[in-house]
Amino acid sequence: MKRGPCALAIALSIALSFVLNVGPKSVNAEDEAPAPAAAPSAPALSPIEQALADLSSENAETRSAAVALLIEKGDASLIPKLDDIRATADRAVRQAIKPVVDLLKNRANLSSELPDYRRSAASDLASTGRREAIAWLQAAAAKEEVWWVRYTMEESANLLELRSGDGAAQLGAAKKLGELRSQNGVSSLQELIEAGNAAEATEAQKTLASTATAAVSQIESWSTKATIIETIFRGISLSSILLIMSLGLAIVFGLMGVINMAHGELMMIGAYATFVTQQAFIAWLPPESFDWYFPASLPMAFLASFGAGWLLEATVIRFLYGRLLETLLATWGISLILMQSARVYFGDLTAVIAPQSLRGGVQVMVGVYLPYNRIFIIILSIICVVGIYYLLFRSNLGMRVRAVTQNRNMSACLGIPTRKVDSYTFAFASGLAGIAGWALTMVGNVDPGLGQNYIVDSFMVVVTGGVGKLAGTIWASLGIGGLNKVIEPFTGAVYGKVFILVGVILFLQWRPSGLFAAKGRSADA
Amino acid sequence: MSAEGLILNCENVVVDYDGFKALNNCNFSVHYNELRVVIGPNGAGKTTLLDCICGKTKPSSGKIAFGNNIELVGKNAEDITKLGVGRKFQAPSVYGNLTVWQNLDLSLKRASKGVFPTLMGKSTSAERERINETLNTIGLTQDAHSRAGSLSHGQKQWLEIGMVILQDPSLLLVDEPVAGMSDKETEQTGRLLQTLSEKQAIVVIEHDMDFVRQIARIVTVLAEGTVICEGTVEHVQADQHVREIYLGRAKVAH
Amino acid sequence: MPEQIQSQQDSRETLSFYLVGAVFLIVMPLLNILPAEDSWLHLSDFRLNQFGKFLCFAILALGLDLTWGYCGVLSLGQGVFFGFGAYCMGMYLALQIGKESVYGSELPDFMVWTQVKELPLFWYPFKSFWGGFLGAILVPVIFATIFGFLAFRSRIKGVYFAIITQALAFAAWLVFNRNETRLGGTNGLTDFKQVLGYRLSDPSTQLGLYIVTVVALIASFLLCRWIVASRAGKVLVAIRDSESRVTFSGYTPWVYKLFVFVVAAGLAGLAGMLYVPQVGIITPAQIGVLPSLEVVIWVAVGGRGTLIGAVLGAVVVNFGRSVLTNYFPEAWPFILGGLFVVVVTMFPDGLVGIIRKLFSGGSPTASVAMPKPQAQGGR
Repeated sequence: MKRGPCALAIALSIALSFVLNVGPKSVNAEDEAPAPAAAPSAPALSPIEQALADLSSENAETRSAAVALLIEKGDASLIPKLDDIRATADRAVRQAIKPVVDLLKNRANLSSELPDYRRSAASDLASTGRREAIAWLQAAAAKEEVWWVRYTMEESANLLELRSGDGAAQLGAAKKLGELRSQNGVSSLQELIEAGNAAEATEAQKTLASTATAAVSQIESWSTKATIIETIFRGISLSSILLIMSLGLAIVFGLMGVINMAHGELMMIGAYATFVTQQAFIAWLPPESFDWYFPASLPMAFLASFGAGWLLEATVIRFLYGRLLETLLATWGISLILMQSARVYFGDLTAVIAPQSLRGGVQVMVGVYLPYNRIFIIILSIICVVGIYYLLFRSNLGMRVRAVTQNRNMSACLGIPTRKVDSYTFAFASGLAGIAGWALTMVGNVDPGLGQNYIVDSFMVVVTGGVGKLAGTIWASLGIGGLNKVIEPFTGAVYGKVFILVGVILFLQWRPSGLFAAKGRSADA
Repeated sequence: MSAEGLILNCENVVVDYDGFKALNNCNFSVHYNELRVVIGPNGAGKTTLLDCICGKTKPSSGKIAFGNNIELVGKNAEDITKLGVGRKFQAPSVYGNLTVWQNLDLSLKRASKGVFPTLMGKSTSAERERINETLNTIGLTQDAHSRAGSLSHGQKQWLEIGMVILQDPSLLLVDEPVAGMSDKETEQTGRLLQTLSEKQAIVVIEHDMDFVRQIARIVTVLAEGTVICEGTVEHVQADQHVREIYLGRAKVAH
Repeated sequence: MPEQIQSQQDSRETLSFYLVGAVFLIVMPLLNILPAEDSWLHLSDFRLNQFGKFLCFAILALGLDLTWGYCGVLSLGQGVFFGFGAYCMGMYLALQIGKESVYGSELPDFMVWTQVKELPLFWYPFKSFWGGFLGAILVPVIFATIFGFLAFRSRIKGVYFAIITQALAFAAWLVFNRNETRLGGTNGLTDFKQVLGYRLSDPSTQLGLYIVTVVALIASFLLCRWIVASRAGKVLVAIRDSESRVTFSGYTPWVYKLFVFVVAAGLAGLAGMLYVPQVGIITPAQIGVLPSLEVVIWVAVGGRGTLIGAVLGAVVVNFGRSVLTNYFPEAWPFILGGLFVVVVTMFPDGLVGIIRKLFSGGSPTASVAMPKPQAQGGR
C-alpha cells in the first residue's frame, strides 16, 4: 500500500501532538529545537501563532508539524491570516498552506446553516484523505438532522477510515460502507479487493478483501435499483415535457383539424418572453427581486404566444380550415420565418438563470437525486392536463368549442360565434405552447431551435395517442417518453429514436388510428 | 323462411358505437332479383346496415351471408365489391377531378383491378360501347368529358348510379337515390331501379314515400337498430307499431 | 367542349415540356461550348453545372408530384430516398479515389480518421460502377417498399403519413450523422476524383454528366407521364378525390399508393445518383427534415398535379435560391417560409396555375391541385 507510510507518519505526528497537547509550550520546545521562536523575548506567543509563524519556516519538518497543529487546533478564524501568509509566501509554503485552509474551511462549513454547504464540506473532507477529519465528521453527523447530509458525513468518515490503513478500522468501514450503499466507496473497496487477491496478500488483507467484496455486491445491487428508479423518473420527466407540448398540438389538431408545425416556435416565443422578462428584471429592478422574474414571466410567456397564435390564426390558418396537409405546409413556413427571426434578433444562444428555488434537487434515497426543475415540469404538466380537462369538458366555454367542432353550422345557428371560437381556441393552444416554453427554459438553453428539438416527438405522440382524446395524448407521451429513456442506455439516444419510430409504425399496424380512436358515424369521414 | 333463394341474409348483426347500439340484433334478408325498400326514422340504423353489408363498418357480432353462403363479416370493402356488392352513397360520391367518362371507366367491372393490369390496360371497344350505353341510360352523354365535380347534385346522383351499374353487382345497395332530384328525375330513377331489379337484387333506403310506393314490392321498417315490420307498403302503413314509431314520437314531443 | 379544354391542356403541357427539354438538352450545352468565354451569350461551366444540379432536383420533384400532386399522399421523407441514391453513388465514387486520397490509402479518408482498418462488407458492391448504379435505384426502392408496405397497409394516411415520413427523415438524418454507420458521419462523402475513368474536374466530364442528367429527366418525365395518362393514373387521382369511394369501385387503394411511393423513391434515388458526381459531396445535411420539405415547396411553387409544374418549380426555386443566398444569405429562410405560406394560401395551383389563368383569360379551368376540403376530416 502506497499510502501506508505517509498515513502512518501523519497519524503519528497527530498522535504525538495529541499526547503533548497538555503542555503546548513543550511542543514547541520538543519539535522545534532550532527555532528562534523559543527565545524568551516572546513568551506570550500562543501555539497557534507560533505555528502560523512556523509555516514560513525553511525547514520542511517544522512546516508540516505546524500544519498538523493548525489542522488540529485551528478554526475558520485563521483563514484570513492564512490567506495573508499565502499571498506573500513562496510556492512550497503555499502548497503547505492550501490543505490547511481547505480543511479548516470545510470543518467550519460542517456546521454551516445551509445543508448543501454542510454536505459538500463533508464530501470534500473525504477527498482530503486526512484522518483528523474523521472525528469532526462523526461529531457533526451526531448532531445532523437532514438525513442526506448525515449520510454523506457518515460516508465520508468511513471512507477516511477505509483509507486509514488501520486493519480493524478498515474492516468496520468496509462493512459500514456496504450498509450505506455508498457509490463513492466502490473504487476504494475495489482496491482493497485487488490487494487481497494479490499473491503476497496477508491474512488480514484477505479478510478485508472478502468483507469489501460483500460490501461491493451490496452496493451494486442497490445501485441497480436506484438506476431503475432514476430511469423511470427521467422517463416521466421527458414524458411531461412531451405532454405539455403535445397538449396544444392535440387541441388544434383534434378540435380544429389543423396541424400546427409552428407549435414548436410558439413555444420558442414563450421561452424568449421568459428570457426578455428576466433581462428586464436585471436591468430595471433591484437584485433582491430577481427571482420574481420567473413567476412574472409566466403571464408574459402565455400572452406572447397567445398573441402570436391569434395573429397566426387571423392571417393564415383561417384560410386553410379543412385542408389538413395545407395547414401543415403553411405552418411549417411560419416556423421557418419565426426561427430565422429569433436567430437574427437574439443570436444563437441565450440562457435563462433558474430562480433559487428551482436550483438543485432532492435526494430521495441513496443514488437517486431528483432535480427540482424536472419535478417542477412534471407538476406543471399535471396542472395543465387538469386545467384543460376542466376548461374543455366542464366549462361553458369548452362546451362551445366542442360544439363548433362537432357541428359548425348548427353551432352558428345556435348563436355561437364560430369565428371567435376558432380564433380563441387556436390562441389558447398557442398560449399553452408559451407555457411549455416558459417551463423549458428551466431545463435547457433558449435558442431558435428550441421547438425543433421536440416537435417530431410531439407529433409522434399525437399520432400514437389518436386524435381528439386527451387520454390518448397522456398515455402516448408517457409511452414514448418512457420508452425513449428505457432504450437510451442500451442503444444511445440516436438509435433510441430510430427504435421509437419503428415502434410507432408497428403500433399503428395494430391500431391505425392511435390508442384512443373516436368511434361513431363521423369517425371515418 | 328458408335460406334458399336468398342473396343476402343478415343474422343478429350488432354494431356498437361506444355503448350506443346502431344495430341491435338486426335480422335482414333479401331474395335474388328482389327490389327491397328500407325505411325508418332518423338514426334507425339504415345506413349502418348498408355499411355493414358492404364492409365499410365492422359489426361487433353477427353474420352476413351473401350469395352462395359467403360470409361478408371480416372481409374488406374492395373484396366485397369484387364479390358483387355495389354501393351508392347517400351523399353523392364521385371523383370530382376526373371526367364523367373516366369515373365510369374506373368503375367498369374488369378481370383485375391490380396496379399493373390497370397501368397497362387499354379499353376494348366492347367496354367503350358499354360505357356509352350507360351514359345514355343516365342521361349524361352530353357531359361525358366534363369534370364530375362540375355536375349538378342530381347529375352526380345519376353518375354514381351509373358507376354502380357498370360494376355489374348482383346486389345493389342504394342510399337515398332521389334526394335533390326533381319529380321527373325521381320517376326516371324509379323506373331505372325497376329495370335493374330484373337482373339483380336491390336494397334502397328512401324517405320519399311517393317514391317508395312507386317502386316497392316489399318494405322493411327499421327502428332503433332492429327490423320491426316487413311487408307490402299497405301492410306496413297499416301496422300499429310502425304508426307508433312515426307518430307516437310526435305525441311524446308535444 | 370541355374535352377539348382538357386535351388542349395536356398537349400544351407536352409542348412546353418539349420546348423546355430542347432548351436544356441542346441550347444550354451549345451556349456553353460555342460562344467565346467573354461573350454575353456564353454560359459558364459553373452555371451549367449548377443547372445540372437543379435538374437532379427536378427529377426528385417529379417523384413527389406523382405521390402528392396526383395521389394526395404527402411524403415528407423524399430527402431520405434521395440520400440513399446519393450515398450509393458516393460510395462508388469514394472507392474510385483510391491512392489519390489524402492519406494515400485504398480506404476512403474518413475511414482512416476513424481507424477503420478494413473496408466494411457492405461497401464491397460499390467497388464497381454497376454496384453503385443499381444500388442507387434499388436501395431506395426496396426501402420504400418495406416502409410503404407497413405504412399503407395499415391505412396510415393523409397527415399521419406525412408525420411518419417526417419522423423517418429525422431518424435517417440522425443515423447518417453517426460515425459507426461507416458513411463518413457529419462530413459525408467527398473529394471524389473520377467516375468511370473520367476526371470529375474536367469540364467535358461535367458537360457529359449534365447531358446525362437532362436525358434522365426527360426519361423520368415520360415515365411519369405514361403513368399519369394510364387508367392507373386516373385511379391515383380518384384516390386523392375520395379514397373510400375507390374501394367501392373494387380497387385496393393502398397498393396503388405503395406503387407511386416506390416509383417516387426510385426517381429520388436516380436524382441522388446524378447529383453526387456533379456537386462532389453528399452529407447528412441533404437528407434531413428541411431538405425533404423543400422538395414539397418546389412542387407547390411549380404547381402540383402537373408534371411540368414540378420541373419548373424545382428549377425556379433553386435558381432563385442560388441568386438570393449570394446577396442576402440571412434572408433565404424568410423567403422559403414566405413561399410556403403564400403558395399554400393564395396560389394552390402554383406557377402553372398562374400561367394557365393568364392564357385562358381567367376562365374557370379545373383546379387540379385543390382536393375537396371534406377529403380528410380531422375529427
